[in-house]
Amino acid sequence: MGRDVAIIGIGSTNYTPMTTEYSYKELMFEAALKAYEDAGINPRKELDALVTAAEDFWEGVSIFDEYIPDQMGAVLKPALTVSGDGLWGIIHGYMLVKTGYFDIVAVEAHSKASDIDNIMDVWRIALDPHYHRPIVDNVHMFAGLEMMRFMEEYNVSREALSMIVVKNRYNALYNPMAPYGTKTDIETVSNSEVVSYPLRKMDISEYSDGATVVVLASREVAEKYDKEPIWIEGVGWISDSPNIEEWDLACPSHVVLAASMAYSQANIDNPFKEIDLAEVDDRYSYREFQSLVALDLTNGYMMDELVFEGVISPSGELPVNPSGGYLGMGYPLEAGGLVKLYNAVVQLRGEAGPMQVGDVEKAVVMTRREFPSPSSAVVVLGR
Amino acid sequence: MDKNVKLPGTPYSSDDFKKGKIPYVEDVPKARYTWSAGIAMSRFLEELKNGRIVARKCHECGRVYVPPRMFCSYCFRPTDEWVYVKDTGRVNTAVVSYIGADRGKLGEPLVVAVIELDGASEGMGILHKLGNVDPEDVKNRKVFNMRVRAVWKKPEEREGAITDILYFEPIE
Repeated sequence: MGRDVAIIGIGSTNYTPMTTEYSYKELMFEAALKAYEDAGINPRKELDALVTAAEDFWEGVSIFDEYIPDQMGAVLKPALTVSGDGLWGIIHGYMLVKTGYFDIVAVEAHSKASDIDNIMDVWRIALDPHYHRPIVDNVHMFAGLEMMRFMEEYNVSREALSMIVVKNRYNALYNPMAPYGTKTDIETVSNSEVVSYPLRKMDISEYSDGATVVVLASREVAEKYDKEPIWIEGVGWISDSPNIEEWDLACPSHVVLAASMAYSQANIDNPFKEIDLAEVDDRYSYREFQSLVALDLTNGYMMDELVFEGVISPSGELPVNPSGGYLGMGYPLEAGGLVKLYNAVVQLRGEAGPMQVGDVEKAVVMTRREFPSPSSAVVVLGR
Repeated sequence: MDKNVKLPGTPYSSDDFKKGKIPYVEDVPKARYTWSAGIAMSRFLEELKNGRIVARKCHECGRVYVPPRMFCSYCFRPTDEWVYVKDTGRVNTAVVSYIGADRGKLGEPLVVAVIELDGASEGMGILHKLGNVDPEDVKNRKVFNMRVRAVWKKPEEREGAITDILYFEPIE
Protein backbone atom coordinates (compact mmCIF):
# COMPACT_ATOMS: atom_id res chain seq x y z
CA MET A 1 0.00 0.00 0.00
CA GLY A 2 1.46 3.35 -0.96
CA ARG A 3 5.10 3.66 -1.77
CA ASP A 4 8.03 1.99 -0.04
CA VAL A 5 9.90 3.91 2.64
CA ALA A 6 13.60 3.46 3.37
CA ILE A 7 16.04 4.62 6.01
CA ILE A 8 18.82 6.34 4.08
CA GLY A 9 20.75 7.99 6.89
CA ILE A 10 21.40 7.70 10.61
CA GLY A 11 23.35 9.91 12.98
CA SER A 12 23.79 10.02 16.70
CA THR A 13 25.76 11.52 19.51
CA ASN A 14 27.13 9.14 22.07
CA TYR A 15 24.86 8.60 25.04
CA THR A 16 26.19 9.62 28.43
CA PRO A 17 24.84 10.11 31.95
CA MET A 18 25.38 13.88 31.76
CA THR A 19 25.97 16.43 29.01
CA THR A 20 26.42 19.64 30.93
CA GLU A 21 28.75 21.04 28.28
CA TYR A 22 26.17 21.07 25.47
CA SER A 23 22.68 22.47 25.07
CA TYR A 24 20.04 20.15 23.65
CA LYS A 25 20.22 22.19 20.45
CA GLU A 26 23.93 21.51 20.11
CA LEU A 27 23.35 17.78 20.69
CA MET A 28 20.61 17.75 18.05
CA PHE A 29 22.89 19.57 15.60
CA GLU A 30 25.68 17.00 16.02
CA ALA A 31 23.29 14.10 15.43
CA ALA A 32 21.66 15.85 12.46
CA LEU A 33 24.98 16.74 10.85
CA LYS A 34 26.03 13.08 11.03
CA ALA A 35 22.70 11.76 9.75
CA TYR A 36 22.57 14.11 6.75
CA GLU A 37 26.20 13.30 5.94
CA ASP A 38 25.40 9.58 6.22
CA ALA A 39 22.44 10.06 3.87
CA GLY A 40 24.45 12.27 1.57
CA ILE A 41 21.84 15.04 1.52
CA ASN A 42 21.88 18.79 1.98
CA PRO A 43 18.93 19.38 4.31
CA ARG A 44 18.49 23.00 3.23
CA LYS A 45 17.85 21.86 -0.33
CA GLU A 46 16.50 18.35 -0.01
CA LEU A 47 14.77 17.95 3.34
CA ASP A 48 10.99 18.03 2.89
CA ALA A 49 9.82 17.75 6.50
CA LEU A 50 10.99 17.21 10.06
CA VAL A 51 9.42 15.14 12.82
CA THR A 52 10.69 15.21 16.38
CA ALA A 53 9.52 13.12 19.28
CA ALA A 54 9.58 15.14 22.46
CA GLU A 55 7.62 15.67 25.64
CA ASP A 56 7.21 19.17 27.03
CA PHE A 57 7.62 18.04 30.63
CA TRP A 58 11.02 16.51 29.88
CA GLU A 59 12.13 19.71 28.20
CA GLY A 60 10.72 22.07 30.81
CA VAL A 61 9.30 24.15 27.96
CA SER A 62 5.75 23.90 26.72
CA ILE A 63 4.93 23.91 23.01
CA PHE A 64 8.42 22.51 22.50
CA ASP A 65 7.97 22.06 18.74
CA GLU A 66 8.79 25.74 18.25
CA TYR A 67 12.41 25.09 19.27
CA ILE A 68 13.25 22.33 16.79
CA PRO A 69 13.89 23.76 13.28
CA ASP A 70 17.13 25.79 13.63
CA GLN A 71 19.52 23.04 14.60
CA MET A 72 17.92 20.53 12.21
CA GLY A 73 18.24 22.48 8.96
CA ALA A 74 14.46 22.77 8.95
CA VAL A 75 13.86 26.51 9.24
CA LEU A 76 10.82 27.47 7.17
CA LYS A 77 10.02 23.85 6.41
CA PRO A 78 7.11 21.66 7.51
CA ALA A 79 7.84 20.39 11.03
CA LEU A 80 5.88 18.72 13.77
CA THR A 81 6.48 17.19 17.17
CA VAL A 82 5.03 13.91 18.29
CA SER A 83 4.55 13.76 22.03
CA GLY A 84 5.84 10.22 22.33
CA ASP A 85 8.82 7.93 21.95
CA GLY A 86 11.08 8.26 18.91
CA LEU A 87 9.60 5.17 17.30
CA TRP A 88 6.24 6.98 17.07
CA GLY A 89 8.25 9.75 15.38
CA ILE A 90 9.54 7.20 12.83
CA ILE A 91 6.01 5.99 12.20
CA HIS A 92 4.79 9.56 11.60
CA GLY A 93 7.71 10.25 9.27
CA TYR A 94 6.97 6.99 7.47
CA MET A 95 3.37 8.03 6.97
CA LEU A 96 4.43 11.44 5.62
CA VAL A 97 6.57 9.74 2.97
CA LYS A 98 3.74 7.30 2.24
CA THR A 99 1.42 10.18 1.36
CA GLY A 100 3.52 10.97 -1.69
CA TYR A 101 3.86 14.62 -0.75
CA PHE A 102 7.23 14.27 1.04
CA ASP A 103 10.28 12.51 -0.38
CA ILE A 104 12.81 13.04 2.41
CA VAL A 105 11.81 13.34 6.06
CA ALA A 106 14.10 13.56 9.09
CA VAL A 107 13.08 12.15 12.48
CA GLU A 108 14.77 13.34 15.64
CA ALA A 109 14.60 12.53 19.35
CA HIS A 110 16.87 13.40 22.22
CA SER A 111 17.24 13.20 25.95
CA LYS A 112 18.45 15.79 28.40
CA ALA A 113 17.37 13.75 31.39
CA SER A 114 20.27 15.18 33.37
CA ASP A 115 18.73 18.66 33.10
CA ILE A 116 15.73 17.52 35.14
CA ASP A 117 16.38 18.07 38.83
CA ASN A 118 13.53 15.93 40.14
CA ILE A 119 12.72 13.39 37.47
CA MET A 120 10.66 11.12 39.75
CA ASP A 121 8.34 14.06 40.48
CA VAL A 122 7.93 14.63 36.74
CA TRP A 123 7.06 10.94 36.27
CA ARG A 124 4.53 11.38 39.05
CA ILE A 125 2.71 14.07 37.05
CA ALA A 126 1.94 11.36 34.49
CA LEU A 127 -0.07 9.39 37.05
CA ASP A 128 -3.83 9.79 37.18
CA PRO A 129 -4.37 12.67 39.63
CA HIS A 130 -7.62 11.37 41.08
CA TYR A 131 -7.11 7.65 41.41
CA HIS A 132 -3.41 6.90 41.40
CA ARG A 133 -1.40 9.85 42.69
CA PRO A 134 -2.87 9.58 46.18
CA ILE A 135 -1.96 5.86 46.28
CA VAL A 136 1.28 5.42 44.35
CA ASP A 137 4.04 7.96 44.54
CA ASN A 138 6.56 6.47 42.17
CA VAL A 139 6.24 4.89 38.74
CA HIS A 140 8.62 2.06 39.58
CA MET A 141 5.77 0.69 41.72
CA PHE A 142 3.83 0.20 38.48
CA ALA A 143 6.79 -1.78 37.18
CA GLY A 144 6.89 -3.81 40.38
CA LEU A 145 3.21 -4.69 39.95
CA GLU A 146 3.75 -5.74 36.35
CA MET A 147 6.94 -7.64 37.15
CA MET A 148 5.24 -9.60 39.95
CA ARG A 149 2.38 -10.68 37.70
CA PHE A 150 4.74 -11.53 34.84
CA MET A 151 7.08 -13.60 37.01
CA GLU A 152 4.09 -15.48 38.41
CA GLU A 153 2.53 -16.32 35.05
CA TYR A 154 5.72 -17.08 33.16
CA ASN A 155 7.62 -18.77 35.94
CA VAL A 156 10.73 -16.60 35.73
CA SER A 157 13.54 -17.03 38.22
CA ARG A 158 15.27 -14.13 39.95
CA GLU A 159 18.53 -15.42 38.46
CA ALA A 160 17.21 -15.21 34.90
CA LEU A 161 16.19 -11.58 35.43
CA SER A 162 19.62 -10.77 36.79
CA MET A 163 21.19 -12.56 33.84
CA ILE A 164 19.37 -10.17 31.46
CA VAL A 165 21.12 -7.30 33.23
CA VAL A 166 24.46 -9.11 33.11
CA LYS A 167 24.02 -9.83 29.38
CA ASN A 168 22.93 -6.37 28.31
CA ARG A 169 25.51 -4.50 30.33
CA TYR A 170 28.19 -6.81 28.95
CA ASN A 171 26.93 -6.25 25.39
CA ALA A 172 27.23 -2.52 26.00
CA LEU A 173 30.98 -2.92 26.48
CA TYR A 174 31.17 -3.47 22.72
CA ASN A 175 28.95 -0.49 21.88
CA PRO A 176 30.93 2.76 21.59
CA MET A 177 27.78 4.85 22.15
CA ALA A 178 26.81 3.10 25.40
CA PRO A 179 27.84 4.44 28.80
CA TYR A 180 26.80 1.62 31.12
CA GLY A 181 28.84 -1.30 29.82
CA THR A 182 30.33 -3.43 32.56
CA LYS A 183 31.05 -6.98 33.61
CA THR A 184 28.75 -7.78 36.47
CA ASP A 185 27.33 -11.02 37.84
CA ILE A 186 24.02 -12.53 38.88
CA GLU A 187 24.76 -12.24 42.57
CA THR A 188 25.52 -8.52 42.40
CA VAL A 189 22.33 -7.78 40.46
CA SER A 190 20.18 -10.03 42.64
CA ASN A 191 21.47 -8.39 45.80
CA SER A 192 21.27 -4.80 44.63
CA GLU A 193 19.06 -2.52 46.69
CA VAL A 194 15.31 -3.19 46.61
CA VAL A 195 13.39 -0.31 45.02
CA SER A 196 9.84 -1.67 44.80
CA TYR A 197 9.94 -5.39 45.51
CA PRO A 198 10.53 -7.43 43.41
CA LEU A 199 12.27 -4.65 41.49
CA ARG A 200 15.87 -3.96 42.47
CA LYS A 201 18.09 -1.05 41.60
CA MET A 202 20.04 -2.91 38.92
CA ASP A 203 16.82 -4.12 37.28
CA ILE A 204 16.14 -0.50 36.33
CA SER A 205 17.92 1.22 33.45
CA GLU A 206 19.78 4.39 34.40
CA TYR A 207 19.07 7.55 32.42
CA SER A 208 21.26 8.86 29.62
CA ASP A 209 21.53 12.02 27.51
CA GLY A 210 22.06 12.22 23.77
CA ALA A 211 20.39 12.84 20.41
CA THR A 212 19.69 10.63 17.41
CA VAL A 213 18.46 11.47 13.92
CA VAL A 214 17.13 9.15 11.21
CA VAL A 215 16.54 10.17 7.59
CA LEU A 216 13.67 8.53 5.71
CA ALA A 217 13.07 8.59 1.96
CA SER A 218 10.78 7.19 -0.69
CA ARG A 219 12.02 4.30 -2.84
CA GLU A 220 12.47 6.61 -5.85
CA VAL A 221 14.81 8.84 -3.85
CA ALA A 222 16.51 6.08 -1.86
CA GLU A 223 17.60 4.29 -5.00
CA LYS A 224 19.46 7.35 -6.23
CA TYR A 225 21.93 7.13 -3.35
CA ASP A 226 24.93 4.85 -2.98
CA LYS A 227 24.09 3.76 0.53
CA GLU A 228 22.20 0.52 0.83
CA PRO A 229 18.69 1.48 1.93
CA ILE A 230 17.15 -0.23 4.93
CA TRP A 231 13.43 -0.71 4.35
CA ILE A 232 10.67 -0.06 6.82
CA GLU A 233 8.59 -3.16 6.12
CA GLY A 234 5.96 -2.82 8.80
CA VAL A 235 4.87 -0.50 11.58
CA GLY A 236 2.40 -0.86 14.42
CA TRP A 237 1.42 1.19 17.42
CA ILE A 238 -1.31 0.62 19.96
CA SER A 239 -2.60 2.29 23.10
CA ASP A 240 -4.49 0.43 25.83
CA SER A 241 -6.93 1.90 28.35
CA PRO A 242 -5.13 4.13 30.88
CA ASN A 243 -6.41 2.07 33.81
CA ILE A 244 -3.79 -0.34 35.13
CA GLU A 245 -6.64 -2.38 36.59
CA GLU A 246 -7.71 -3.29 33.04
CA TRP A 247 -4.34 -4.28 31.62
CA ASP A 248 -3.03 -7.73 30.94
CA LEU A 249 -0.09 -7.23 33.25
CA ALA A 250 1.69 -10.43 32.28
CA CYS A 251 1.52 -10.11 28.50
CA PRO A 252 0.63 -6.55 27.45
CA SER A 253 -2.13 -6.55 24.83
CA HIS A 254 -0.87 -3.32 23.25
CA VAL A 255 2.47 -4.93 22.39
CA VAL A 256 0.78 -8.07 21.03
CA LEU A 257 -1.48 -5.96 18.78
CA ALA A 258 1.24 -3.51 17.68
CA ALA A 259 3.40 -6.50 16.74
CA SER A 260 0.63 -8.19 14.82
CA MET A 261 -0.03 -4.95 12.92
CA ALA A 262 3.64 -4.60 11.98
CA TYR A 263 4.15 -8.31 11.20
CA SER A 264 1.14 -8.46 8.92
CA GLN A 265 2.38 -5.47 6.89
CA ALA A 266 5.82 -7.08 6.69
CA ASN A 267 4.31 -10.48 5.75
CA ILE A 268 5.92 -12.18 8.71
CA ASP A 269 4.23 -15.45 9.70
CA ASN A 270 6.83 -16.95 11.98
CA PRO A 271 8.61 -14.10 13.73
CA PHE A 272 11.21 -16.21 15.56
CA LYS A 273 12.30 -17.88 12.32
CA GLU A 274 12.18 -14.84 10.10
CA ILE A 275 13.67 -12.20 12.37
CA ASP A 276 17.44 -12.14 12.86
CA LEU A 277 17.73 -9.42 15.48
CA ALA A 278 15.49 -7.81 18.09
CA GLU A 279 16.06 -4.48 19.78
CA VAL A 280 13.25 -4.46 22.32
CA ASP A 281 12.18 -2.64 25.44
CA ASP A 282 14.33 -3.45 28.47
CA ARG A 283 13.65 -0.39 30.62
CA TYR A 284 13.41 -2.97 33.41
CA SER A 285 15.11 -6.37 33.36
CA TYR A 286 11.84 -8.35 33.22
CA ARG A 287 10.71 -6.24 30.27
CA GLU A 288 13.12 -7.94 27.89
CA PHE A 289 11.39 -11.28 28.52
CA GLN A 290 7.96 -9.70 28.53
CA SER A 291 8.65 -7.95 25.22
CA LEU A 292 9.77 -11.24 23.65
CA VAL A 293 6.64 -13.01 24.84
CA ALA A 294 4.35 -10.27 23.49
CA LEU A 295 6.30 -10.10 20.22
CA ASP A 296 5.92 -13.88 19.81
CA LEU A 297 9.70 -14.31 19.80
CA THR A 298 10.19 -17.07 22.38
CA ASN A 299 9.78 -20.09 20.09
CA GLY A 300 8.40 -22.09 22.99
CA TYR A 301 11.45 -21.61 25.18
CA MET A 302 10.97 -20.93 28.87
CA MET A 303 12.24 -17.52 30.02
CA ASP A 304 15.16 -19.04 31.90
CA GLU A 305 16.15 -21.08 28.86
CA LEU A 306 16.17 -18.02 26.63
CA VAL A 307 18.88 -16.36 28.62
CA PHE A 308 20.78 -19.27 30.21
CA GLU A 309 20.99 -21.31 27.03
CA GLY A 310 22.21 -18.29 25.12
CA VAL A 311 19.24 -18.16 22.72
CA ILE A 312 19.13 -14.35 22.99
CA SER A 313 22.85 -13.69 23.35
CA PRO A 314 24.69 -11.95 20.46
CA SER A 315 25.76 -15.33 19.09
CA GLY A 316 22.41 -17.04 19.78
CA GLU A 317 19.50 -18.02 17.56
CA LEU A 318 17.90 -14.61 18.10
CA PRO A 319 20.24 -11.89 19.35
CA VAL A 320 18.26 -9.53 21.59
CA ASN A 321 19.57 -6.09 22.48
CA PRO A 322 23.16 -6.70 21.34
CA SER A 323 23.51 -2.91 21.62
CA GLY A 324 23.21 -3.29 25.38
CA GLY A 325 19.60 -2.08 25.33
CA TYR A 326 18.46 0.52 27.80
CA LEU A 327 20.24 -1.37 30.57
CA GLY A 328 23.54 -0.80 28.80
CA MET A 329 22.96 2.42 26.84
CA GLY A 330 20.82 4.10 29.44
CA TYR A 331 17.18 5.02 29.11
CA PRO A 332 17.15 8.21 27.04
CA LEU A 333 13.48 9.12 27.53
CA GLU A 334 11.81 9.75 24.15
CA ALA A 335 15.04 8.99 22.26
CA GLY A 336 14.78 5.35 23.38
CA GLY A 337 13.10 4.02 20.24
CA LEU A 338 15.43 5.90 17.91
CA VAL A 339 18.53 4.62 19.70
CA LYS A 340 17.27 1.07 19.34
CA LEU A 341 16.40 1.65 15.70
CA TYR A 342 19.82 3.20 15.07
CA ASN A 343 21.50 0.11 16.47
CA ALA A 344 19.29 -2.19 14.41
CA VAL A 345 20.17 -0.27 11.22
CA VAL A 346 23.87 -0.53 12.00
CA GLN A 347 23.45 -4.32 12.30
CA LEU A 348 21.40 -4.59 9.08
CA ARG A 349 24.09 -2.67 7.23
CA GLY A 350 26.75 -4.95 8.67
CA GLU A 351 28.52 -1.92 10.15
CA ALA A 352 28.31 -2.87 13.80
CA GLY A 353 31.98 -3.75 14.17
CA PRO A 354 32.62 -5.81 17.32
CA MET A 355 28.87 -5.70 18.06
CA GLN A 356 27.95 -7.30 14.73
CA VAL A 357 25.85 -10.40 15.33
CA GLY A 358 26.31 -11.94 11.90
CA ASP A 359 24.25 -11.46 8.79
CA VAL A 360 21.04 -9.61 9.62
CA GLU A 361 18.31 -9.58 6.98
CA LYS A 362 15.36 -8.62 9.15
CA ALA A 363 15.13 -6.87 12.49
CA VAL A 364 12.34 -5.87 14.83
CA VAL A 365 12.46 -2.80 17.02
CA MET A 366 9.99 -2.31 19.84
CA THR A 367 9.55 0.28 22.54
CA ARG A 368 6.94 1.29 25.03
CA ARG A 369 6.13 4.77 26.09
CA GLU A 370 6.82 4.37 29.74
CA PHE A 371 4.54 4.05 32.72
CA PRO A 372 1.89 4.90 33.27
CA SER A 373 1.22 4.87 29.52
CA PRO A 374 0.17 1.43 28.28
CA SER A 375 1.32 2.00 24.71
CA SER A 376 3.89 0.50 22.44
CA ALA A 377 5.33 0.80 18.96
CA VAL A 378 6.85 -1.87 16.72
CA VAL A 379 8.83 -1.41 13.52
CA VAL A 380 10.06 -4.21 11.24
CA LEU A 381 13.15 -3.41 9.20
CA GLY A 382 14.65 -5.33 6.31
CA ARG A 383 17.38 -5.14 3.74
CA MET B 1 -24.24 39.04 38.04
CA ASP B 2 -27.82 40.08 38.53
CA LYS B 3 -29.06 38.04 41.50
CA ASN B 4 -32.65 38.31 40.28
CA VAL B 5 -31.93 36.29 37.16
CA LYS B 6 -32.81 32.66 37.76
CA LEU B 7 -30.39 30.41 35.90
CA PRO B 8 -30.95 26.70 35.33
CA GLY B 9 -28.62 24.19 37.04
CA THR B 10 -26.95 24.05 40.46
CA PRO B 11 -25.28 27.25 41.66
CA TYR B 12 -21.70 26.98 43.03
CA SER B 13 -19.75 29.44 45.09
CA SER B 14 -16.06 29.33 45.99
CA ASP B 15 -17.17 28.79 49.57
CA ASP B 16 -18.73 25.48 48.57
CA PHE B 17 -15.28 24.24 47.53
CA LYS B 18 -13.70 25.44 50.78
CA LYS B 19 -16.37 23.74 52.81
CA GLY B 20 -15.85 20.46 50.94
CA LYS B 21 -19.38 20.42 49.52
CA ILE B 22 -18.01 19.77 46.05
CA PRO B 23 -15.63 16.84 45.64
CA TYR B 24 -12.34 17.72 44.01
CA VAL B 25 -8.68 16.73 44.13
CA GLU B 26 -5.96 19.30 44.40
CA ASP B 27 -2.41 18.60 43.32
CA VAL B 28 0.52 20.81 42.41
CA PRO B 29 2.84 19.51 39.69
CA LYS B 30 6.47 19.70 40.73
CA ALA B 31 9.04 19.98 37.95
CA ARG B 32 12.42 21.63 38.31
CA TYR B 33 15.14 21.97 35.71
CA THR B 34 18.74 23.08 35.49
CA TRP B 35 19.24 23.62 31.77
CA SER B 36 22.71 23.22 30.35
CA ALA B 37 23.26 26.44 28.47
CA GLY B 38 25.73 24.82 26.10
CA ILE B 39 28.65 26.39 24.29
CA ALA B 40 26.91 29.33 22.60
CA MET B 41 24.59 30.46 25.36
CA SER B 42 27.20 30.00 28.10
CA ARG B 43 29.57 32.40 26.38
CA PHE B 44 26.72 34.83 25.67
CA LEU B 45 25.66 34.88 29.32
CA GLU B 46 29.26 35.17 30.54
CA GLU B 47 29.86 38.11 28.23
CA LEU B 48 26.76 39.87 29.55
CA LYS B 49 28.57 39.97 32.89
CA ASN B 50 31.33 41.87 31.08
CA GLY B 51 28.80 44.29 29.61
CA ARG B 52 29.27 42.92 26.10
CA ILE B 53 26.99 41.22 23.61
CA VAL B 54 28.71 38.36 21.77
CA ALA B 55 27.56 36.79 18.53
CA ARG B 56 28.62 33.98 16.15
CA LYS B 57 29.38 34.54 12.51
CA CYS B 58 28.91 32.13 9.62
CA HIS B 59 31.64 32.65 7.02
CA GLU B 60 29.56 31.06 4.28
CA CYS B 61 26.54 33.36 4.30
CA GLY B 62 28.06 36.09 6.47
CA ARG B 63 25.20 36.05 8.97
CA VAL B 64 26.01 37.30 12.45
CA TYR B 65 23.83 35.42 14.92
CA VAL B 66 22.82 37.08 18.13
CA PRO B 67 22.10 35.48 20.51
CA PRO B 68 24.91 33.27 19.23
CA ARG B 69 24.46 29.71 18.00
CA MET B 70 27.06 27.13 17.09
CA PHE B 71 25.29 26.27 13.84
CA CYS B 72 24.09 28.32 10.91
CA SER B 73 20.40 27.62 10.54
CA TYR B 74 20.40 28.65 6.90
CA CYS B 75 23.61 27.03 5.61
CA PHE B 76 23.36 24.08 8.03
CA ARG B 77 27.01 24.04 9.00
CA PRO B 78 28.91 25.04 12.15
CA THR B 79 29.33 28.80 12.63
CA ASP B 80 32.94 29.94 12.48
CA GLU B 81 33.77 32.88 14.66
CA TRP B 82 32.90 34.80 17.83
CA VAL B 83 32.26 38.49 17.15
CA TYR B 84 31.00 41.30 19.35
CA VAL B 85 28.03 43.38 18.34
CA LYS B 86 27.18 46.79 19.76
CA ASP B 87 24.75 47.38 22.58
CA THR B 88 22.96 49.91 20.42
CA GLY B 89 20.36 49.32 17.78
CA ARG B 90 17.07 50.21 16.22
CA VAL B 91 13.52 49.35 17.23
CA ASN B 92 11.80 46.99 14.82
CA THR B 93 8.52 46.85 16.72
CA ALA B 94 7.22 47.55 20.21
CA VAL B 95 4.28 46.82 22.46
CA VAL B 96 2.78 48.51 25.50
CA SER B 97 1.38 46.18 28.11
CA TYR B 98 -0.95 47.37 30.85
CA ILE B 99 -1.43 43.95 32.41
CA GLY B 100 0.94 41.46 34.05
CA ALA B 101 1.21 37.68 33.69
CA ASP B 102 -1.80 37.18 35.97
CA ARG B 103 -3.80 39.77 34.01
CA GLY B 104 -3.59 42.14 36.97
CA LYS B 105 -3.20 45.83 36.13
CA LEU B 106 0.42 47.00 36.12
CA GLY B 107 1.27 50.18 38.01
CA GLU B 108 3.38 51.45 35.15
CA PRO B 109 2.80 50.20 31.61
CA LEU B 110 5.56 47.93 30.32
CA VAL B 111 7.11 48.69 26.94
CA VAL B 112 8.86 45.79 25.22
CA ALA B 113 10.57 45.92 21.85
CA VAL B 114 12.26 43.81 19.21
CA ILE B 115 15.60 45.53 18.73
CA GLU B 116 17.93 44.98 15.80
CA LEU B 117 21.43 45.37 17.17
CA ASP B 118 24.18 47.25 15.38
CA GLY B 119 26.67 44.80 13.95
CA ALA B 120 24.24 41.87 13.78
CA SER B 121 22.66 40.72 10.54
CA GLU B 122 19.35 42.15 9.51
CA GLY B 123 16.61 40.52 11.51
CA MET B 124 18.97 39.47 14.31
CA GLY B 125 18.79 41.10 17.66
CA ILE B 126 17.23 41.03 21.05
CA LEU B 127 13.81 41.16 22.66
CA HIS B 128 14.02 43.51 25.62
CA LYS B 129 12.32 46.22 27.64
CA LEU B 130 12.33 49.85 26.63
CA GLY B 131 12.88 52.44 29.33
CA ASN B 132 12.34 56.19 29.25
CA VAL B 133 10.04 55.76 26.26
CA ASP B 134 6.64 57.36 26.49
CA PRO B 135 3.93 54.75 25.70
CA GLU B 136 2.37 57.45 23.56
CA ASP B 137 5.41 57.21 21.27
CA VAL B 138 4.55 53.57 20.68
CA LYS B 139 0.92 54.41 19.97
CA ASN B 140 1.79 57.24 17.58
CA ARG B 141 4.42 55.02 15.92
CA LYS B 142 7.36 57.31 16.65
CA VAL B 143 8.99 54.24 18.16
CA PHE B 144 9.64 52.65 14.75
CA ASN B 145 13.34 52.86 13.90
CA MET B 146 14.01 54.63 17.18
CA ARG B 147 17.73 54.43 18.01
CA VAL B 148 18.28 52.83 21.41
CA ARG B 149 21.14 51.84 23.72
CA ALA B 150 21.38 49.22 26.49
CA VAL B 151 21.31 50.39 30.08
CA TRP B 152 23.32 47.86 32.07
CA LYS B 153 23.22 46.83 35.69
CA LYS B 154 26.27 47.87 37.70
CA PRO B 155 29.11 45.39 37.03
CA GLU B 156 29.01 43.99 40.57
CA GLU B 157 25.27 43.28 40.28
CA ARG B 158 25.45 41.35 37.01
CA GLU B 159 24.84 37.63 37.18
CA GLY B 160 25.15 36.35 33.62
CA ALA B 161 21.51 36.72 32.66
CA ILE B 162 19.58 38.62 30.03
CA THR B 163 18.42 40.89 32.86
CA ASP B 164 22.00 42.16 33.24
CA ILE B 165 20.67 44.64 30.70
CA LEU B 166 17.99 46.57 32.57
CA TYR B 167 16.38 48.00 29.45
CA PHE B 168 17.14 49.88 26.25
CA GLU B 169 16.61 53.64 26.17
CA PRO B 170 16.49 56.18 23.37
CA ILE B 171 19.80 57.65 22.23
CA GLU B 172 19.45 61.41 22.41
